[in-house]
Amino acid sequence: MTEDLETFRAETRAWLEANCPDTMRTPMRGEKDATWGGRNPVFAHPDQKLWMDRMGERGWTVPDWPAAYGGGGLSPAETKILREEMARLKCRNPLNSFGISMLGPALLKYGTEEQKLEHLPKIARGEIRWCQGYSEPNAGSDLAGLATSADDAGDHYIVNGQKVWTSYADQADWIFCLVRTDKTSKQGGISFVLFDMASEGVSTKPILLISGYSPFCETFFDNVKVPKANRVHDENKGWDVAKYLLGHEREMISGMGLGGPAGDPMVDAARNGVDPILRAQIALFQVRSQAFKAMSERFIDELKAGRAHPAQPSMMKYYGTELNKARHELTMAAGGSDSLEWESEASNHGAAPRAWLRTKANSIEGGTSEIQLNIIAKRILDLPS
Amino acid sequence: MPLYLTDEQAMLRDTAKDFVAEHAPVSHMRSLRDANDATGFSRDLWKQFAELGLTGILVPESDNGLGLGHVEAGVVLEEIGRNLSPSPFLATAVAAVEALKGTPHAARWFPGILAGETVAALAIDERAKHDGRIEMKAERSGNGFRLTGAKQFVAHGHVADLLLVAAATDHGTTLFAVPTDATGLTADPQRLADASLAARLRFDGVEVDADAVVGEVDQAPLARLLAAGRTGASAELLGVGGGAMDMTVSYLKERKQFGQLIGSFQALQHRAAHLYSEMEVARAAVLKAQQLLDANDEGAADAVSVAKAMTSLASTLSVQEGIQMHGGIGMTDEYDIGFYMKRARVLTELFGDANFHADALARAAGY
Repeated sequence: MTEDLETFRAETRAWLEANCPDTMRTPMRGEKDATWGGRNPVFAHPDQKLWMDRMGERGWTVPDWPAAYGGGGLSPAETKILREEMARLKCRNPLNSFGISMLGPALLKYGTEEQKLEHLPKIARGEIRWCQGYSEPNAGSDLAGLATSADDAGDHYIVNGQKVWTSYADQADWIFCLVRTDKTSKQGGISFVLFDMASEGVSTKPILLISGYSPFCETFFDNVKVPKANRVHDENKGWDVAKYLLGHEREMISGMGLGGPAGDPMVDAARNGVDPILRAQIALFQVRSQAFKAMSERFIDELKAGRAHPAQPSMMKYYGTELNKARHELTMAAGGSDSLEWESEASNHGAAPRAWLRTKANSIEGGTSEIQLNIIAKRILDLPS
Repeated sequence: MPLYLTDEQAMLRDTAKDFVAEHAPVSHMRSLRDANDATGFSRDLWKQFAELGLTGILVPESDNGLGLGHVEAGVVLEEIGRNLSPSPFLATAVAAVEALKGTPHAARWFPGILAGETVAALAIDERAKHDGRIEMKAERSGNGFRLTGAKQFVAHGHVADLLLVAAATDHGTTLFAVPTDATGLTADPQRLADASLAARLRFDGVEVDADAVVGEVDQAPLARLLAAGRTGASAELLGVGGGAMDMTVSYLKERKQFGQLIGSFQALQHRAAHLYSEMEVARAAVLKAQQLLDANDEGAADAVSVAKAMTSLASTLSVQEGIQMHGGIGMTDEYDIGFYMKRARVLTELFGDANFHADALARAAGY
């Protein structure tokens, strides 16, 4: 067994060395360098496509999904080795995707065989880019209070309403969306549906954020026809799917607490000399950051072995996002006035301050820190209501 | 290796949990304190640890021990921490065994440790803060060395059979195994805040033979000893912090004010949930350090510092929140939560606090 894994490690390393272009082993300089795929993919560098396609063909964009659905069919131990080897070579993530991190796991658990075969391979190969229709203007932390309606029209639904904070809705091809199919029951009146963003009646409007970027949109549905065959799980059982998916979303967001694979700019600054009080703050931050790295490893190991508490993603999300905010506060402090430049070439168009501002959403999106603490208190610590 | 306990390790934990909770619960520590016990622990209990094989966890099988690792030692220490059990386990069965392993001293001292008859103490610190500076002198004298200087914060130093003493030699630091009946050695035991006893030691020209040297002259295996001690102290802190958290969460479920359980108040729920998160992260850091240490991994030194710093921070939070959330009763001597606060303070200071280890990490990272 161990020998097999060592063989797998050697083969994986050799394959990555041969197939990961050198350009894809350099740190990303900003959001523009991220690969998202989709019908109209945007690549800052042609090697992004090469790298995505090579990994996608092998199923290694989703190494632990079954091969029948476009995955790599790897065991947990093999998946861990692939991740370690990618980190060792500093390989970039070949494909960022809400299809991979959020919808995929939910489809694997709740989707029909037809739905899995239709959607999962396209996600794995980066052919279809997904967005998430969850929050609404009046349903944020109280997500189950959502009002977007799906009225029964025989073999399809007619969807009307508005979503907000829809990440990259203006660039996505399909949406997984929570809709109300029963107004008489809150959690018990929600269904989970999938539809094409090119459908008639769908429109999006980007929201300009404090970072100067517009990663989120308002998304409007005006009499959108959605076939019932696109509903995942039973009618009015969408909340189960929604919660399961949120667990995976929280896992993904918690990963931000780990920082990037590249050198940490805050540590670089500290090496060049900062005042002793900032040095101490950075050093104490490193304690938590490295401890959280161990926690992430432990969490994934426990998850794969079915040993993790079902609400543990809430702890990971809470800790990881608070840590990431702290990291960027320290990075800004270490960067001083250099890190205030918003547009200059030298600052890579204000990458540091924009990233710092972007992290402020980490403890809001996917359920606020306060909601995560509520969940930990009730579901893990079993504190009374 | 996955970052959770194997089935065998979990079995050992269950054994240790039951054993320590039954034979050395907090009331055991309280009764020793109330009796103004001059030893600092129960020798009978130490023998019982030995009968279960626990004192030999880190002793190699070739020396009749269990030949296990720091993960296994840690699961025992966590239960010691959870029950605030006064025990020479950390200094003797972990740090001293690790330092003596593979040296000629093993044959002399391991049988007594395995039998639960021998207790070791670590004479490292010379100042109030653990800072790595060793100024105690060991000068060549005849066939051996003459030790002159002072040590402090030596747990069990007044009753130990064996002292492991770090002293400065011509070109470095050397570790000596010194029997406690040596001439010129005086021990002044002091009661600490947590009711444990730690000695201030004076060495007035204590003569030892050359074979008292552990390892090589000028090359004390201090890194090994301290890595084991720090990892063990982290595991014990995990137990102290975890025990305090469990008490506190239970209290939130039974105490009523304003006609309802105080655990239903969101202000307290959020504090408890935050504490839980810190303790979980600390647990992961400890297991990581233990596994890397057992694998002789080059990343172990950093991981040990992370573990000691993180458990110090998380357990300090746990005992502070513990007293605050217990309210007035938490301030009473009659209630146990205060003992947790005192023990956490002592263990936090042992082998370097969070600041010491954060600084070590910063230096290792080149800043």
